Amino acid sequence: MSLALSPEEQAIAVRQDGAGMAMRIVAESARLLGAPRLIPIASAHIDGALYHGDSGTLFAERLIEGGAKVAVRSTLNVGALDLMGCSRIRLEEPQRGMARRMMEAYRKLGCEQSWTCAPYQAGHRPAQGSDVAWGESNAVVFCNSVLGARTNRYGDFLDIACAITGRAPDYGLHRPENRLARLVFDVSGLSPSFLASEIAWPVLGSLYGREVGNAIGVVRGVTGHPGEDALKAFGAAAASSGAVGLFHIAGVTPEAPDVATILAGPEPEAVIRVTPEMVAKARAGLSTAVAPEAVDAVAIGSPHLSHAEFDSLERLIAGRRLAVPIYACTGRHALALLEKDGRRKRLEASGVVIVADTCVVVTPIMPDIGNGVLMTNSGKFAHYAPGNTGYAVLYASLADCVESAVLGRPVFTDVAA
Amino acid sequence: MSAAAEILVPGKAGEGETLVLTAPISFWGGVDPKTGRIADVRHPQHGEVIAGRVLFLPGTIGSSSASAVLMELAHNGRAPAALVLHEPDAILLLGLIVAREMGWETPIAVRLDRGAFDAYRGGAATVAADGAIAAAV
Repeated sequence: MSLALSPEEQAIAVRQDGAGMAMRIVAESARLLGAPRLIPIASAHIDGALYHGDSGTLFAERLIEGGAKVAVRSTLNVGALDLMGCSRIRLEEPQRGMARRMMEAYRKLGCEQSWTCAPYQAGHRPAQGSDVAWGESNAVVFCNSVLGARTNRYGDFLDIACAITGRAPDYGLHRPENRLARLVFDVSGLSPSFLASEIAWPVLGSLYGREVGNAIGVVRGVTGHPGEDALKAFGAAAASSGAVGLFHIAGVTPEAPDVATILAGPEPEAVIRVTPEMVAKARAGLSTAVAPEAVDAVAIGSPHLSHAEFDSLERLIAGRRLAVPIYACTGRHALALLEKDGRRKRLEASGVVIVADTCVVVTPIMPDIGNGVLMTNSGKFAHYAPGNTGYAVLYASLADCVESAVLGRPVFTDVAA
Repeated sequence: MSAAAEILVPGKAGEGETLVLTAPISFWGGVDPKTGRIADVRHPQHGEVIAGRVLFLPGTIGSSSASAVLMELAHNGRAPAALVLHEPDAILLLGLIVAREMGWETPIAVRLDRGAFDAYRGGAATVAADGAIAAAV
């Protein structure tokens, strides 16, 4: 079926202004995807304001020159600079200036200055069943899976084009029939103590992403809600190792009260029975450093730390002085709460480097030391840090990350799967 | 070896040494936007450079910033000579769609079943403006 634009959409698409450019980008993408029409959206989350090079800045400025403005609520994902001034970004001119121009351009387009990859914990939570256009792989998977709103994985530039036009291609996860599960990911063979541990979720997410790719699956065998931060970690890891845009967890996520309700047919196309051996292998695969004697830094907060995660961090540090820094990445929504009760000062006095508006894998923050070793509890950081920072990674729980930062060498306390 | 492939995004016809990826890749975090070098240490083709190559992609994963990386490569003149994808990837190809809107030269992107990729390994190939792929002999 070929794409049919409404007369209004057609009239916009032939214009030479910013709105015309945005409409052509949405329509071209819709054609590529085989969407029959465009649909209205309720909100957008924009991943396109992160500086990867001058081309993205020039694009945003072209939209502004053309008088474009967002038509729906639009939050911003991280940028390349810490506008709150918490951490020092080692981005040099002229890149620094171009990154700043880019962030400024998205503000002028009418986007909210949220600067976080966890907008869903910063007050942007679209209603279940509503159509939205979100970018940033972890935000997309959370929005679909945990909130039950409907979005595809919108790439950089299509997100802002959808926000300006207020429309998105009608295909993929916007259609209820495409949200049904075809695979079962059964974790009932794992020990309850492992499933209750913090590392279970990033490790299982990483395994899930690798096993299912871009298929929709339902996780079976989870008893009790693991908490929103666990689902955040699971989705972020799954969307790093695979092309996961939506997962279901039977009895936990809103579209899957049970396995039968969410399955596309009477039987799943495949059942992945997760064994402790698969988990051990997935966990080992998150680390690239081979038996290092020292740890140079710890990075946490991908996705951005919630207020509850800062509580855990502060409890684990317990006022001790760190031997190596913990880079704690977060959004200004959480920072505001930390400032209020003096906790930011206490954490920084221990040796925590708070990073706001951005994070350590998207912009140069950590020292360029060559052969550095970074410990993290984030499946997403574990995935991207080696390529983006040059540090080898060691994956561990938050508790082990904190102990390792205190001692300056890796500490592991295993919880067997 | 030759095949007629469906055009996903029209662009400049390409010719170059082939690079057939054996695993899906995330362009963001996986490819250096300045040089086109594959930076993902876990990727089997880590260290290879995609600039100027006829790039065969069995699949793409990961970040929604893949489009930004491909657009930056096109803007820098470090894009592949042509892209051959097993299936259309709306995130990656958006980089080409937006670069075209900006008036920058972009390589052609076509679709070919990944089962046919092997025939193009270890040589050069051309992708014509009509989407025809041919191995150079």
